[in-house]
Amino acid sequence: MSVYILPVLIIFLFIYSFFKKVNVYKSFVGGAKGAFALCLDIFPYICAILCAVALFRASGLALWLTQILSPVFSFLGIPPEVSELVFLRPFTGSGSFALLNNIFATYGADSYIARCASCILSSSETLFYVTTVYTSKTSIKKLGYAIPVGLLASIFGAVVSCLFCRII
Amino acid sequence: MSKIWFWLVLLSVVVLIFKGPNLVISEMLSSSKSAVELVINLWGIYAVWLGILEILDKSGLSEKLARLLSKPIKFLFKSNNADANKFIAINMASNILGLGNAATPSGIKAMQKLDDGSGKANFSAMMLLIINSLSIQLLPTTVIGLRESAGSANSSDIILPTILSSMLTCAFAITLVFLINKLKRKKKQ
Repeated sequence: MSVYILPVLIIFLFIYSFFKKVNVYKSFVGGAKGAFALCLDIFPYICAILCAVALFRASGLALWLTQILSPVFSFLGIPPEVSELVFLRPFTGSGSFALLNNIFATYGADSYIARCASCILSSSETLFYVTTVYTSKTSIKKLGYAIPVGLLASIFGAVVSCLFCRII
Repeated sequence: MSKIWFWLVLLSVVVLIFKGPNLVISEMLSSSKSAVELVINLWGIYAVWLGILEILDKSGLSEKLARLLSKPIKFLFKSNNADANKFIAINMASNILGLGNAATPSGIKAMQKLDDGSGKANFSAMMLLIINSLSIQLLPTTVIGLRESAGSANSSDIILPTILSSMLTCAFAITLVFLINKLKRKKKQ
């Protein structure tokens, strides 16, 4: 079903533009032209965050903090097997997907742990990546309470994900 | 963000001095390399989405979408900036459809329009950031695909818990933003 959404939307967009006498080709080219500049602008931010996350994981600090937080997570109903995922989710998208695949391989894709992990991953986003990339082309340097609220929400999301996976 | 980055890197390097000093530069270089690869991939992806976005904009459909979503947008973002609302509408719609890669360019454009040049994130910008750092997509297609290939017998049984927990998390975060905003205004008075 979901595979049809995009093609149908594109057909609709083209037909609508045709009747509105919009030059579709010219618009597409004009828009696509901006992609390179956008990538140039966000590159330094992506580079900085990937470096920090790589060092954080290589140093073992990430794992150490995960182990410290694990009892807190367990208390909240998050199984210790997925606490590393909960912890790393706001930092790295590709790293989280790698962890998810590990969990599938270790516990089986239909286990409670795997369902929890799937649910946690798909009900959250890479907080630090989103905030850096979204603000990269603006003057915004002070994020105020965005990061604490985002982190709190991601823990809340993990707690309710595990809860719903248990009862549904 | 600058503080987080500073401490994250400093503490990690301090630990790595003892655990593996040669890892410091090799980890940084390899992640810089993957940043280049990622950005080149994104270049292609964004070119397609920015192209489609431009057609949406030129045809007037994005304005229509913004008008359709104007009530929730006004309520959530408290923004009267018509230009920004257009891109917020596209950003929200692509997020809901699970098109994360289409959401990013429209989100960045919306942020630029919302930016008041003060260096601080205003209420609308904050709300846009928070909503985009959560997931509001209807179908977790990527994860379902991954489960499928890992041999799951019932890969889509996570849809319901995912939708429920996404909605609850969003409601939680949005309430928090509203609450903090209210408290801040009270403090000022």
